[in-house]
Amino acid sequence: MSKDNQILEDLTSKEYEHGWSVNLEVDEAPTGLTEDTIRWISAKKEEPQWLLDWRLKAYKIWLAMDEPKWANVHYPKIDLQSLKFYSAPKQSNKPKSLDEIDPELLQIYERLGISLNEQKKLQGIAVDVVLDSVSVGTTFKDTLSKLGVIFCSFSEAVKEHPELVKKYLGSVVPMTDNYYAALNSAVFSDGSFCYIPKGTRCPMELSTYFRINAANTGQFERTLIIAEDNSYVSYLEGCTAPQRDENQLHAAVVEIYAAKHAEVKYSTVQNWYPGNKEGVGGIYNFVTKRGICAGDYSKISWTQVETGSAVTWKYPSCILKGDYSIGEFYSVAVTNNYQQADTGTKMIHIGKNTKSRIVSKGISAGHSQNSYRGQVQVMKRATNARNFSQCDSLLMGNRCGAHTFPYIDIQNPSAKVEHEATTSKIGEDQLFYCNQRGIATEDAVALIVNGYAKEVLNQLPMEFAVEAQKLLALTLEGSVG
Amino acid sequence: MLSIKNLHASIEGTPILRGINLEVKPGEVHAIMGPNGSGKSTLASVLAGREEYEVTEGEVIFMGKNLLELSPEDRAREGVFLAFQYPVEIPGVSSTNFLRTAVNQVREYRGLEALDAVKFLSIMKEKMKLVEIDQKLLSRSLNEGFSGGEKKRNEIFQMAMLEPSLSILDETDSGLDIDALRIVSNGVNQLRSPEKATIVVTHYQRLLDYIVPDFVHVLYNGRIVKSGTKELAMELEEKGYDWIKEEADSTAV
Ligand SMILES: Nc1ncnc2c1ncn2[C@@H]1O[C@H](COP(=O)(O)OP(=O)(O)OP(=O)(O)O)[C@@H](O)[C@H]1O
Ligand SMILES: [Mg+2]
Repeated sequence: MSKDNQILEDLTSKEYEHGWSVNLEVDEAPTGLTEDTIRWISAKKEEPQWLLDWRLKAYKIWLAMDEPKWANVHYPKIDLQSLKFYSAPKQSNKPKSLDEIDPELLQIYERLGISLNEQKKLQGIAVDVVLDSVSVGTTFKDTLSKLGVIFCSFSEAVKEHPELVKKYLGSVVPMTDNYYAALNSAVFSDGSFCYIPKGTRCPMELSTYFRINAANTGQFERTLIIAEDNSYVSYLEGCTAPQRDENQLHAAVVEIYAAKHAEVKYSTVQNWYPGNKEGVGGIYNFVTKRGICAGDYSKISWTQVETGSAVTWKYPSCILKGDYSIGEFYSVAVTNNYQQADTGTKMIHIGKNTKSRIVSKGISAGHSQNSYRGQVQVMKRATNARNFSQCDSLLMGNRCGAHTFPYIDIQNPSAKVEHEATTSKIGEDQLFYCNQRGIATEDAVALIVNGYAKEVLNQLPMEFAVEAQKLLALTLEGSVG
Repeated sequence: MLSIKNLHASIEGTPILRGINLEVKPGEVHAIMGPNGSGKSTLASVLAGREEYEVTEGEVIFMGKNLLELSPEDRAREGVFLAFQYPVEIPGVSSTNFLRTAVNQVREYRGLEALDAVKFLSIMKEKMKLVEIDQKLLSRSLNEGFSGGEKKRNEIFQMAMLEPSLSILDETDSGLDIDALRIVSNGVNQLRSPEKATIVVTHYQRLLDYIVPDFVHVLYNGRIVKSGTKELAMELEEKGYDWIKEEADSTAV
């Protein structure tokens, strides 16, 4: 047996770094999902009647829907009635400052590598942390509010800015959109809310860290970003979860609204627990992310580095409604061991002279399955629409799979749509070349993979790019073939 | 420094090397010549530790260590360098980044501290002069879209950066224009020292005018069938390999 095969055999893949959990006292909803659960959540959050009605409507719609089956992923049926739909760390009173936050919670942040304090200020990042179901602390609210930027938890936005929430909630991802979006609409617990007023360039990166801590709990967060005319914001999302043997469900919804000349950059480094080497446990990550370029000359750019989760089902998309609007999707999806990912994007060209660009880099190792699924749709009115798609797959070893499912639907003859796809294997020649220069195989893999994913990693803000590079290397540790 | 005794190696069951014997002392330059397919690159690959080749017999001692027991990266770290006949491309990885990783891993192995970016760049600048390589080339992806000559030049540049004690140059001269041949040879000569040894694999006597060998060996059918001094190379240039093949075939059993 060659050395490479041996390495493949005893996949010594790095233990998941964020697999710890902390015993926090929690407020939990009763197990299972009924109308009462939704009333319970809504009451817990002291929500207005209109929101409860909205949730109940979503619940009714959801009841009539079926789980989507078209994705190239396989998992046992999720028993929603055995899940808890709300879990919040107990805190007698809302903390007024970070000092008042439960020390156990602060310990969580530290282990996440997030300091909610001055450090982030230096780095110019404002952070919101969503633990299980609630947002537990947002930094730099004051600095931001001087500019009119609103960055707070979703629940807070419901209380403080109901008119904005009411206007935009469900406007990009309607509750009828799909099974998971409907479920999220019914039971979503918290998330982040972000509003950038006209003519404002948000001076710092806004960042949310999502963390599932409690067992047997689904996480359903909701993010809403509104960028008014001529505004700009760069938004980062990170996520981790404890290592547990049972699968946990994460079904989030992200909505982005970009007005005239607005630009929103949304970056994700997804590192949910992927399950162990045998494929036991891990997060089911079923997420609906969509942005609308509503105004002319607006731009929405999605960048994602997907390394975690047992199963990923995720298609950050752009509706290019405004003329001259631009949608971008940059993705690196890595799967190892028994992970499955079905991810990609939808670019829907409605306005004239709209442009979209898709760069997808899949990396599969172990027994994993990695699918790119992308749709480019050019509507009748979208004269001179342009799309460029580049979908590359990199395979490591012989037991993984890479699949590409591009769908192209053009209703305007002036459209120019280009699609390029490549599949390659990490070459023995490349590895040997690196080895011959004194570079160990693991490091050679990291080097080659990061080179392969460079075009996407370059899109990330600096500090995220470094984290992402490390993550790619860790995910693939011990997977060389 | 390097002692190869009765080395046999095969690939997928086909024997390629059939009993190589070679002694290389510090400071020496050995040229290895021989017809296409005779096993020159195979020998270089086996010394560098390529997995596909199975060593079936013999031993290789390098600076007192059993080379065949070391992983390819450890051989490199011990000071074996192979300038490839066909250097591979690594998209998205700049030469600079690649070399910095390599140099620091080698340094770590040797118990030296890692070079910071500033120090590394200054050493790089110095070595770039040696082979007259352009900075622009080094910021591009490693070997991607490099011309044949640029790839070879880059190999020697890497050698300069890694400061190996044994360098094996596999047809580094092929693909070089006349000026480049001179520049690259100059670079190699400047890196020569009494502690270092070089093995050059080549088809052409021309290179040996620049890099003057102490010994010339002819490899044929997986064996060194003739050894001599630089005059042997001239003779080969003149007469070709037929006479050697005949000689070898008649003595082979
Ligand atoms: N994978 C392989 N399977 C079978 N035979 C192989 C394989 N790889 C190399 N060989 C054979 O081994 C022999 C020696 O090849 P090698 O590359 O060492 O020759 P060389 O002396 O370097 O030739 P050249 O002067 O053309 O570079 C050749 O006959 C070649 O076809
Ligand atoms: Mg050769």
